[in-house]
Amino acid sequence: MTVVVRTIARVLLPISLEFGGYVIMHGHLTPGGGFQGGAVAASGLAMVVVAFGAKRLSGKKGLLSALESLGGVAFTALAFLGLGLTFFANVLAGAGGLFGNPVPYGVNPGDLNTAGTLPLMNWAVGFKVLAGLGAVVLLFALFGGEHDR
Amino acid sequence: MSRWLGVGAFLVVAGVLIFAGVAVRPFGVPPRTEMDAYFNRFSQPEVAANNAVTAIVFDYRGYDTLGEATVLFTAVTGVALILRRRGK
Amino acid sequence: MIGNLPFVVCMILVALGLWTLVAKRNLVKLVIGIGLIESGVNLFLVALGYVHQGIPPIYTYAPKDAPMVLPTPQALTLTSIVIGLATTALMLAFAVVIYRHKGTLDARKIRDLRG
Repeated sequence: MTVVVRTIARVLLPISLEFGGYVIMHGHLTPGGGFQGGAVAASGLAMVVVAFGAKRLSGKKGLLSALESLGGVAFTALAFLGLGLTFFANVLAGAGGLFGNPVPYGVNPGDLNTAGTLPLMNWAVGFKVLAGLGAVVLLFALFGGEHDR
Repeated sequence: MSRWLGVGAFLVVAGVLIFAGVAVRPFGVPPRTEMDAYFNRFSQPEVAANNAVTAIVFDYRGYDTLGEATVLFTAVTGVALILRRRGK
Repeated sequence: MIGNLPFVVCMILVALGLWTLVAKRNLVKLVIGIGLIESGVNLFLVALGYVHQGIPPIYTYAPKDAPMVLPTPQALTLTSIVIGLATTALMLAFAVVIYRHKGTLDARKIRDLRG
């Protein structure tokens, strides 16, 4: 694309990635979560694909696939953490450790260090969705052409 | 002729759909709220999350999310398998 | 009062998607029609969980003593949206492959079962 589009994409890419990370990180306090934040960050990736062309990113397919597999494995491992009680039991919530602060019932200003395994699962699913959507957009941009048989 | 038959059939189906939307039930009055009232009440003491939707997605109904992640992974794999270049 | 207007709007979306499926021949337009039906069904599911004068089911800085809408339809609609996205990506990939093999996207001309 033209230099205007590329410059704007350079400016907007960190902002979109950071906003996606914010939506993922605050998934247990505000509207949003892993899927929504991953989609926001993947839109930044799609903007890069549109602005700079897919050829420059064709070496990143292995990175995206590794990121998606890492997200899936982390999600399942976090689910296995609660296997002493049940699958998907939230063992970290209210335990006092990582993300373990108790939450009073009712309206509160929100504490980031709560909700147990939920923020970690949000990060895992966020990376999974980011890598999955980015891989789909990149594959369509690389191999979706008419003459690329 | 058959085109107008298709248009008529579509109009009948659309009319039935819109009538169903009018007649299904009053908007804003859910029929059963016991389970959701439980989630709204106990998402803070049990899961320690302010957001009840996230508490349901990742804790109460985590199996659904696991299946959804599997579906996403399968879709990406399928797209990569279909669209790849032959012989490279 | 708006009455049942949200349900009617969802049904109009579904009807528009059905019309797209019936009347159009282009495969990409058929995918767009399926996406319209998905959007209508997702909106209908969320609208079924609305409580009158409700607020989102989030306690961070929420107004006091307001009823909260049902969270379960929203959570399951999130699942439905991601699955719809996956099926849309697969359908578009199949459309690309069909165009490469047949040289056309017209649904009338690709009726033979021969590969």
